[in-house]
Amino acid sequence: MREGRLWRQPSFDLGSKIWQISWLYVLLLCALAGVGYVALYSAAGGAPEPYASRHVLRFAAGLVLMIGIALVDIRFIARLAWPTYLVSLVLLALVARYGHLGKGAQRWIELGGLQVQPSELMKIALVLVLASWFHRASWERIGNPLFLIPPVIAVLVPVALIVQEPNLGTAVITAALGAAMFFAAGVRWWKFVLLAVPVPFAASLVYSHLHGYQRARIDTFLQPESDPLGAGYNIIQSKIALGSGGMWGKGFLQGTQGHLDFLPEKQTDFIFTTIGEEFGFIGSVTVLALLGLIVIGGMAIALRCRNQFGRLVAFGIAVNFFLYVFVNIAMVMGAIPVGGVPLPLVSHGGSAMITVMIGFGLLMSVHVHRDVAFSEGRNDD
Amino acid sequence: MLSLKHDTHRTGVFTRRALLVMGAQAVLLGGVAARLYQMQVVDGERYATLAEGNRISARLMAPPRGRMLDRFGIVLAGNKLNWRALLVAEQTTDLSATLDNFARIVPLADYERARIDREVHRHRRFIPVMVREFLSWGDMAAIEVNAPDLPGIMVDVGTTRIYPFGELFAHVVGYVAPPSEADVADDVALALPGIRVGRAGLEKQHDLDLRGRAGAVQVEVNALGRVIRELDRQEGVPGDELGLAIDTGLQQAVLRRLGNESASAVVLDCRNGEVLAMGTNPSFDPSLFNAGVSQAQWSEWAQDKRTPLLNRATAGVYAPGSTFKMAVAMAALEARIITPGDRVSCSGYIDVGNARFHCWRKGGHGSLDLRGGLKNSCDVFFYETARRIGIDRIAAMAHRFGLGTALEIDLPGARNGFMPTREWRIGQGHPWNLGDTVVSGIGQGYIQVTPLQLATYAARVATGRKVEPHLTRKLAGVLQPGSQPADWPSLGLTERSLHVVREGMWAVVNEPGGTAPLTRLPAARWQMAGKTGSSQVRRVSREQREGGNFDSTKLPWEYRPHALFVAYAPYDAPRYALSVVVEHGNAGAAVAGPIARDIMMDVLQRDPGGRDEKPGAQVAQREAPP
Repeated sequence: MREGRLWRQPSFDLGSKIWQISWLYVLLLCALAGVGYVALYSAAGGAPEPYASRHVLRFAAGLVLMIGIALVDIRFIARLAWPTYLVSLVLLALVARYGHLGKGAQRWIELGGLQVQPSELMKIALVLVLASWFHRASWERIGNPLFLIPPVIAVLVPVALIVQEPNLGTAVITAALGAAMFFAAGVRWWKFVLLAVPVPFAASLVYSHLHGYQRARIDTFLQPESDPLGAGYNIIQSKIALGSGGMWGKGFLQGTQGHLDFLPEKQTDFIFTTIGEEFGFIGSVTVLALLGLIVIGGMAIALRCRNQFGRLVAFGIAVNFFLYVFVNIAMVMGAIPVGGVPLPLVSHGGSAMITVMIGFGLLMSVHVHRDVAFSEGRNDD
Repeated sequence: MLSLKHDTHRTGVFTRRALLVMGAQAVLLGGVAARLYQMQVVDGERYATLAEGNRISARLMAPPRGRMLDRFGIVLAGNKLNWRALLVAEQTTDLSATLDNFARIVPLADYERARIDREVHRHRRFIPVMVREFLSWGDMAAIEVNAPDLPGIMVDVGTTRIYPFGELFAHVVGYVAPPSEADVADDVALALPGIRVGRAGLEKQHDLDLRGRAGAVQVEVNALGRVIRELDRQEGVPGDELGLAIDTGLQQAVLRRLGNESASAVVLDCRNGEVLAMGTNPSFDPSLFNAGVSQAQWSEWAQDKRTPLLNRATAGVYAPGSTFKMAVAMAALEARIITPGDRVSCSGYIDVGNARFHCWRKGGHGSLDLRGGLKNSCDVFFYETARRIGIDRIAAMAHRFGLGTALEIDLPGARNGFMPTREWRIGQGHPWNLGDTVVSGIGQGYIQVTPLQLATYAARVATGRKVEPHLTRKLAGVLQPGSQPADWPSLGLTERSLHVVREGMWAVVNEPGGTAPLTRLPAARWQMAGKTGSSQVRRVSREQREGGNFDSTKLPWEYRPHALFVAYAPYDAPRYALSVVVEHGNAGAAVAGPIARDIMMDVLQRDPGGRDEKPGAQVAQREAPP
């Protein structure tokens, strides 16, 4: 009886699925997007144009997309894992060759009038691929080193491509995301140590094969002081803006640093400084708590899920979100070197918003289908 | 079941590890929050200060320096527009590349490059640094056209000091020069490009009045230093206009009359001490200091025996010679040791102790009273008078007349000269010899005075008032105290004594047998009172004197005696006093006297003290350099 209840087959009618969506979680996301609206309104000098209004429209579109994906059967999603990964890989290869130069790195590709950042798509695809790979893996097979070779390759190939863009920030996040997936899947501790050893060698190997201008970009990235009028200057200004907020902040629209163009990319990567400056420590910690709740919510969905695929997908999405948040905020505080990582749902930017909402859609699908019976073999068995 | 068991194990591992990851995330987010607390709450104040400095930039605006006008409104020191190129280091991407490109348009010397580099490092990066001043229109246009290659270079217009009369007023007006680092430390407004500070003369004396107050604009700037909006504006206060007592036409006449001599002449309004002319020869071009004087120019001045930078009128010191005799006479009369009728017999020399002191006239003057002593400038009469009254009475009277003592002249660098006393000599570890007193009686020995003191002395003898010489008449349009005769107190000398001395001075010029017959004014309506003086710069040896053919004009120039003359006129209603000192001019009567006569004639005809309005006669302006 007990088991039967646990493994009950949920009803597949649309109404009950919509009911299954965690609307509390959706509310958290809306709240975060609201923070984004306020910050972007301020970043535009107290106007909805050009950032805040478009931000809301994108979020609305993203929300529809997310709910749509949430209603898609998790087993169908699992079947799309490898195709999604391959498409992302092709796009990543294309961007390396034909991509637009943006902010000193090739990150964007024009696809049917839509700017796509394949590295963002790749992170979701990677989560899906790794989840589906480990979903099929028994405890014994995970212990087998040979079984781990294909997923390691699946991580390293896109990471190498992203490094070449060069977008070291995203490359490191992608690698960390992959490592977290391996860890959650149950790969033994010592194997991580083993994996960590060749990383410096691989890094130096990659570096030595880069072109001069690519190396220069990486050098600048690693040492912002070497370019004091560029990235290093941004960090100084960002810290001043954040720190000058004090305990309670200067008040909405009263921030001076952002408005006076001291902050470059204030509406994208450095949006958190606007919050910190105008709403102070109280405001930034509140936003930090909201971000933390979204991460915890994602992890809770992972823990509640009854199938390994769903668990790993939810875990991966939550970790990916966390990595975004942590890297972005640490970056604007000057704790880690700068690297084009936006603050999800707050920063201005269409492509990132869409991929983030796709991720949350997958997370919600895991939640909706948390109790779905999902064999470890082929899912159409 | 096996699969379920595996699954359970796998789930357990996942749960543990997911919770571990969550713990790690919590630690990292906590770290972020802690760092935020550190930045925003603990260090918040510091960052707030930084943010404020970032946002608000105070831009100082240089005020125009106050002009100097003569008593009739002729500009002696003014400002003209100065097109200049400035460099804002903050706005350059490559400082040396910008300067290289600039040098292709307007050549920059190595020392200029060095100065620019030094100033860029000295100032904060947003403070403009002068690259080049006094640009021509052609240079300006070339710089504007090439602006894209010259990031950080901007062109603006400031003002620069000009002296329309050049050398004529160099020692009175002085000059300005770029501020030193110490000046900038005292007043940040001096860091503005093109600012000059007074370094000599009235430019230095009234520097703070002339400088004005820098205006300040507080502007909100973005990170690029671009001005977003103006927050606050404090208008600068232009420097005060300085009105001098000088009469430019008279000054020109004085300098013309001094010719090529190393000489100086001072003309005072004797009633109030206003300096109507202060001429010094040789002179220099004060505008040379404006851009900084070259080393070559410095050494040229330093090696010139005629010291063109020295303001002889206030800082040249000379033994007064016979011009000092009125002071000795006044000291004796006021001490009631002699009376106007007391006579002294001059046989050509006087023996005091073991020493013999000679009169300038070999055969002697015979019996003379005081008036006669002055008229003939009899040395023996004054040796004897000095011997009777002693050095301390002489010194006290000299000080009352402004000789060898500080005057309230408003010029920096004025020297006090020297008036010896018994106490001073004993303080030096020597006894005061009677011989020292005797030579002091004819204004020789240790006594040293400046030409300005001599003119003041003449004015005080003429009026009996303690007039102080001064150049400043109006400041910011307001007449300064001291321009009225009543502003000056009486010297407290008896009119009877003064009358005798004045009569003696009148006799020198106007009576047959006076020592300076050449100085009689060529106009019946004015009579001048005066006194000659020839002060030895080297003791005349016994052999030279007794050889009989001693002729000072045959000495090398620098050993010849100085020629002096003091005078006032008109005799019956004293209005103008003057002194003329011609260095190594030999004879007061033959060299300094005629100069004094011509200047006095000129001043009486102009009568600058009687007029305040602009003169009818045009004053020649120095032509602008090409």
